[in-house]
Amino acid sequence: MEILVCVRRVPDTSENEIQLNSAGNDIERGDLVYSINEADNYAVEEALQIVAKAGGTVTVATVGAEDDEEVLRREMAMGANRGVLISDDAFNGSDGRGIATILNAFVETGHYDLILTGVQAEDGGAQVGGMLAALLDYPFASLVTSIEVLEDRKLKISREIEGGQKEINEIDLPCVLSIQTGINEPRYVGMRGIRQVAGVPIPTFHAKDLGIGPGAVGEAGAKVKRVDYFVPVLGKGAEILQGSREENIDRVLELLEAKGGLK
Amino acid sequence: MEGMESVAQVTSSLASSLATGRILFLLIHLLGIVCFAYIVAKRLVPLLRAKPDLRFDHPWLRLGRVLQFWLGQWRQPRYKLAGTLHIFIFAGFILLAIRAFSVLLVGVSENFVMPGLAGKAGPIYDVITDYAATIVFLCMVIAVIRRVVFKPARYAVPAKFGKAHTADAVFLLSLIAILMLADSLFAAARAAAPAQAGYPVEALAAFSLPWMLKNALLSASLSTLGRLYFGAYLLHELTFYFLLCYRPFGIQFHVETSLFNIYFAKLDREILKPVRWGISDEHLDQVKSFGVKTFEDFTWKHMLDFYSCADCGRCSDNCPANAAGRPLSPRFLTIKARDYSFQHYPIFGPGKNGTALVGNKDSGSIYTEDEIWSCTTCGACEQECPLLVEYIDKIVDLRRGMIDDGNVPQSLQKPLKALESRGNPYGKMEKKRADWVNAKQFQQACPVKILDKTNGAGTLYFVDSITSYDDRMQSIGRATARILDHVGESFGILGAAERDSGHEVRRFGEETLFLALRDHNVEAIRASGAHRIVTADPHAYNALKHDYKDVPAVEHISQVIAREVSAGKIKFNPVANDSSVYTYHDPCYLGRHNQIYDEPRDVLDAIPGLKRVEMARSRDRSFCCGGGGLMLFYEPKEDQRMGVKRVQMAAEAGANVMVTACPFCMVNIEDAIKVAGLEGKMTAIDLAELVDQQIARDCPDLKARSIAAQASEVKECVALSAK
Amino acid sequence: MARIFAYIVHRAGVVDDSAYELAAAARQIDPAASLTAVLTGWGPDLDAACNAVRASYPEIWKIAHEALAYPNAELVRKALLQVLPGASIVLLAHDHLGIDLAPGLSIKMNAAFVSDVLSIARVEGDNLKVVRQEFGGQASTHVHCDARAGAVLTIRPGAFKPLANAAANGSVIDKSSDGILTAGRRYLETLVAETGDVDITRHSILVSIGRGIQEKDNVAIAQELADAVGAVVSCSRPVVDAKWMEKSRQVGSSGKTVKPKIYLACGISGAFQHLAGIKGSPFLIAINKNPKAPIFQVADVGIVDDILEFLPELTSKVREMQGAATR
Repeated sequence: MEILVCVRRVPDTSENEIQLNSAGNDIERGDLVYSINEADNYAVEEALQIVAKAGGTVTVATVGAEDDEEVLRREMAMGANRGVLISDDAFNGSDGRGIATILNAFVETGHYDLILTGVQAEDGGAQVGGMLAALLDYPFASLVTSIEVLEDRKLKISREIEGGQKEINEIDLPCVLSIQTGINEPRYVGMRGIRQVAGVPIPTFHAKDLGIGPGAVGEAGAKVKRVDYFVPVLGKGAEILQGSREENIDRVLELLEAKGGLK
Repeated sequence: MEGMESVAQVTSSLASSLATGRILFLLIHLLGIVCFAYIVAKRLVPLLRAKPDLRFDHPWLRLGRVLQFWLGQWRQPRYKLAGTLHIFIFAGFILLAIRAFSVLLVGVSENFVMPGLAGKAGPIYDVITDYAATIVFLCMVIAVIRRVVFKPARYAVPAKFGKAHTADAVFLLSLIAILMLADSLFAAARAAAPAQAGYPVEALAAFSLPWMLKNALLSASLSTLGRLYFGAYLLHELTFYFLLCYRPFGIQFHVETSLFNIYFAKLDREILKPVRWGISDEHLDQVKSFGVKTFEDFTWKHMLDFYSCADCGRCSDNCPANAAGRPLSPRFLTIKARDYSFQHYPIFGPGKNGTALVGNKDSGSIYTEDEIWSCTTCGACEQECPLLVEYIDKIVDLRRGMIDDGNVPQSLQKPLKALESRGNPYGKMEKKRADWVNAKQFQQACPVKILDKTNGAGTLYFVDSITSYDDRMQSIGRATARILDHVGESFGILGAAERDSGHEVRRFGEETLFLALRDHNVEAIRASGAHRIVTADPHAYNALKHDYKDVPAVEHISQVIAREVSAGKIKFNPVANDSSVYTYHDPCYLGRHNQIYDEPRDVLDAIPGLKRVEMARSRDRSFCCGGGGLMLFYEPKEDQRMGVKRVQMAAEAGANVMVTACPFCMVNIEDAIKVAGLEGKMTAIDLAELVDQQIARDCPDLKARSIAAQASEVKECVALSAK
Repeated sequence: MARIFAYIVHRAGVVDDSAYELAAAARQIDPAASLTAVLTGWGPDLDAACNAVRASYPEIWKIAHEALAYPNAELVRKALLQVLPGASIVLLAHDHLGIDLAPGLSIKMNAAFVSDVLSIARVEGDNLKVVRQEFGGQASTHVHCDARAGAVLTIRPGAFKPLANAAANGSVIDKSSDGILTAGRRYLETLVAETGDVDITRHSILVSIGRGIQEKDNVAIAQELADAVGAVVSCSRPVVDAKWMEKSRQVGSSGKTVKPKIYLACGISGAFQHLAGIKGSPFLIAINKNPKAPIFQVADVGIVDDILEFLPELTSKVREMQGAATR
C-alpha cells in the first residue's frame, strides 16, 4: 500500500493568545512556534499503522517553503519513508483550489493507493482533501475515524457525524481520506529521532517538475484571498457578575430558581 | 581398669567410623564444588552479555561500605524484628563459616584442624560457634513461624505476580535448620563419646544445641554414636552442598552475591546512570538504541542486583506508588527480571536472547508500560534495601527505551512537546516566564532583577517552571524573593532566558531533550555572572547539584533561612493562631535524595509559639506526595492518590497545618486536602511562605507599605491554600 | 447576480434548522437573486422535507432517487451536477455533509470555495467579502471571493438568524432523473452512539464541564452539583478526548444536540463546535477563569472564577437551602 500524506506546518496556538500585529494585517508571528497540524499528525500515524500491517511505504509531502521542511523531517523521524517539499515562488498566494491543483500534479508523478490529509488545518478551510479527490476523480470521505483494509482494493471506513454517531462506508482504492483527530494515539517523536533523520535528503519539486503552468495556481490563479485579520467588534455578551463569590452564588441560586431550575 | 578405653581410643574409634566414608565424602566434595562452579559460571553468562558498568573505582571507599552495609548489616535494623533476626543469622553464618569448613575437611583429612585454632583459640571458638549454631537454629524456627503463622504483609504475593513464595522460603529455612542440627549432632556425638569410656564428656557450651544433643546421647552406645557421627557428617555435607548449589536458583543467592553487590553498589546515589557508560554526552549520537528494551540492555550490575534480591519486600512496603495501588512494585520489578533471566539463561540448555521487556504479557513481556511510568523516583525503595539494590537507574533506563521507540502516553506527549518548543511543560510563552515579578504590590516592595551579561548579581535565584507560571506557586517565588531581599542578598533571576531545569525530563527518559534544556540553562547561568544559586524548588536543586556540570554551588532556600536564623539576621514574630499544629513534610528531593532534614525543622522551631509534631513517616521514611514535574501530567491507574494518604498521615499525627518546601508537594497536598474532604480541617503552606509571613521586619514608613502589601498577598495565598 | 441554490439537509422528513439559516444568508448575499432550495432523497420523507421549506424558499427542486435515500456525498454531488447551472452560488451548511460534499462540488463546478462563513461583509457585483475565523476562533479574517464563475459557500450553523416573516410559498419542482447513480464510496450503515447510563438530551438542566475541570477526579465536583440541583453532567469534546467522561455526555457538533432550559457552562471556553450542540436558546450561565473566554459572548450571565472552587461552594449553598426548606 503506497500512502501519501499531505501535511501542513501551522502555528501552535493552544496556550498562546493569538494577537494581531501592529499593522493589523496579520497575526503577531514573532513569538509563535510552529509544528505539524494536529490532524495531519494523526493521519501520518494512521498511515504508519496501515503499512505496518499491510506493507508499503509512507510519503509525506507539503506545499510550502524551506521552513516547512522541519515538519517533513519530524514525520520522517516518526517513520515515514520519504519526505517531499513542493515549493516554488509561483505557488505563493494560492487558494485552496490552487494547493489542490499543485498536489494533484504531484500525485500524478507517483503511484499512490491512498492519500490522506488532516480534516482541517489551524488556518485552513477543511477543503484541500475534498478538492484533491475531485481533481483526481478519486472517491473521497472526510472526518474519518477508523480505517480497515479489506481485500480487493477496498477500505472500510467510519466517519464521525452528528450525535456521536459513526457512518460506516466502503470505499474503493485509490481514494482520498481526510482524517479526524483522535483516530489513533500517535507515537512520540523527540529531538533525538529528528536528529537521526537529519541527513536524509528531502527532494524539492518545483513548478516545472510538476508541469504546472502559471495562472492555474499562485495569487494569479486564486479566486479566494484572505485580505486581513481583524478583531471583531464584540456584542454585549454576558452580564458579568461583579460581586464576591458568595454574592455571585446567591445570584446564581436566584436565577436557577427563577428559571425553574432547583428541584 | 581393664576394658576401659582411653579418650583417645574412643575418639579414634569415631574417627575411623568416619574414615570409612572418606572416598564418598571426597566424591561429594568434588561433585558439590564442580556443580556449584558450573552453576555460578552459567549465572555469569548474561552478565558477560550485558552493557558495561563502571564500578571499579575507589576500592577503599567500596570496602568501607562493605564493612558498613554487609558486615555491619547497617540497613537491617530499620525493621526491628526481621532485622534482629537477620543480624543474628548473618553473624551466625560468619562465625560458623570457619567451623563449617573445618567439619567438611575433617571428613577427608582426619586430623584436620583449622590453622589458628589449634591452641587456646580452638575451644573458645567452639563455644562461640556452639551458641551461634543454636541461635541460628532458633532464628530459623522463629522465621518459619513468622512466615507460616503471622504472614507479614510485605511477603504477600499479589495474584498478578504469581504464587506465594512461602513454600520455598520455609524449605530453605528448614534446610538451614537441618544444617545446624547436623553440625550440632556431629559435635554432640563426638562430645558424648568419652562417656562410654567412663570419662567426662567433652565440654560444650552450656544450653547450646550441641550441648542438649550431647546430653541426649549420653547413654548411647559407642557404635550408635559412631553411626550418628557418620550420619551427621553425611547429612551436614549433603545439606551444605545442596544449599550451595540450590541457592543460585532463588533468592538465597544473595548469600553469595551480597558482598559483591554491596562492593559494586553506586557510590554517589544521586548521579543518574548515563545512557551508556563510557560514552560522553557529546557522543551520544553514536549510540544506536537508547535505554533498556531487552534484558541484555541492562548492565551487569543491574543483573547482579536481580540475583541479589532477598525478596524481603521492604522496598515495596515503602513504595508510595505501591501503596496507592499503582501497578508498580519494586520488589517484583526485580523478581520478575530475575525469573526472566533464569528462564532465558537456564543452567541446562542454551540461552535465549531477549524479547521486549515492556509490552504485552502475551508476547512474553514482563513489564507493563504503566508499571514503568508509575514511579515517582522518590527513592524510598533504594533507601530501604539492605542489599543496596538500585531501582531509579533501571526505571529511567526502561523509560529511555520506551521513549526511543516512541511509546509514550499521550498525556505526557503534550508537556514534552511544550518543553521542547517553549522550555516549560505548560506551553506558555517564554517571555511570560518572569511575569510573576510584576504583581503590582510586590514589584513596588521588592523589585526583582533580570540577570544577563550586562546586568549581573552575586546570587542567582533559579525559579524553575512551576513557580514561574502557576498562579498559586508564584507566591512561593515572591516569598522567596522577599526573604532574599530581607537578608540583603544581591540577587536576580534569569527571566525569559530560564528554561525548565529538565529534572523530570531526564528521569522520564527523554535524555536528548534534557541535555538541550541543560545546555541552554548552563549558558544562561554563566552569562548571569552569578557565583551562587539559590532555589526554592527541590527538583531544580537536585538537578543543579547533580545533573548539571560547571555551574556554581546551589543551595535550597531552607538552608539559606536556617543559616540566617542562626546568624540572627532573621527574627520571627510569634505565631498568631494558637490552635494550629504544624507538621513538616519532607520533600523527596530535599530530604531523602539530599539529606536536608534538619534545616527546615530548625527554621520552624525558631518561630516562637509554633507547635510542631512529627509524622510517623518522616525524614528518610517520608512518603512521597505524588511526584513532581512531568508526573503531574501523567494519568496513573491507582486506587488512591499518594497525596491523600500523606494528608491522612498528617491528620493522624495531630496536625492541621502541613508545611512543605517544594512547589510540587504543595500542588499535590492542596489538591489532596480537597479530595480527602479535609478542607477547613487541614491547610498547607510552603516553608518560604510561612517564613515570609512570620519574619519580624523593622518598620520605617517605607517598609510599612511593603508589609501591608506582603500581608495581603500572603493572606491571599493562605486563603487559596485554605480552600 | 447569479442564481443562489441552497442544499437542504433533512432526515426522516424533518428539515435541519440550517435550511432557514441558509435562506437568511442568501438574502444577505443578494435579496434580488433567484433562490432555490435543492433537496435529494427518496420517498415520502423527501416530500415532507420539500414541503417544510416552502415557506422560506420561492422555488424547491426535488431530486428523488433510490440511491439517494441516504445522503452519500459522492452520489449527491453527481446528482447536483446534473441539475445545477454553471456560475451559480451554492450554499450548504458547514456540517458533516457540507464538509464532505462542498469542496469537491466546487472543483467540479469550477467555482470558488469558501468554508465556514460567519457573515457576509460586502457584495460588489460578483465579488463577495465574507468573514471567517482561524486558529480555533482566536482570529477573524475577511476573505474576498471572486464568484464570477460561481461560488460554493458553507455556512456556519447558527451564524445567520432565520428570517422572521418567511412567506415565500415556494413551489416544488421535480428534478429527478432516472439513470444509475454509483460512486466509488458506498454507505453501509450508521452505528448509533451508546446512550451510556445517561441521555443528556432528555434533561432540562445541564451542568456542563470543559477543559477547566483539569482532571478526571474533579468531575465529581460537577456531579455533586448536578445531584444537588437535579441535573446531569455533560461535557465538551476535550473532556471526552481525555477520557474523563463517556462520549455519550458530549455536547457539540460531533456529539449530542441538547435543548435544555438551563445550561451551566463550567470551564468551557465556548468553541463553536461545542455551542453548535446547544439549541433552543437556554438560559446560559458561564463560569470560567479566563475573562476573555468566548463563552462570555454567548452566555446570559457570566462569572469569572475558578470552577474548582466555585462549584463546591455553590453545591453546599444549594444543599443548605434545601436543608432549610425541608425543616
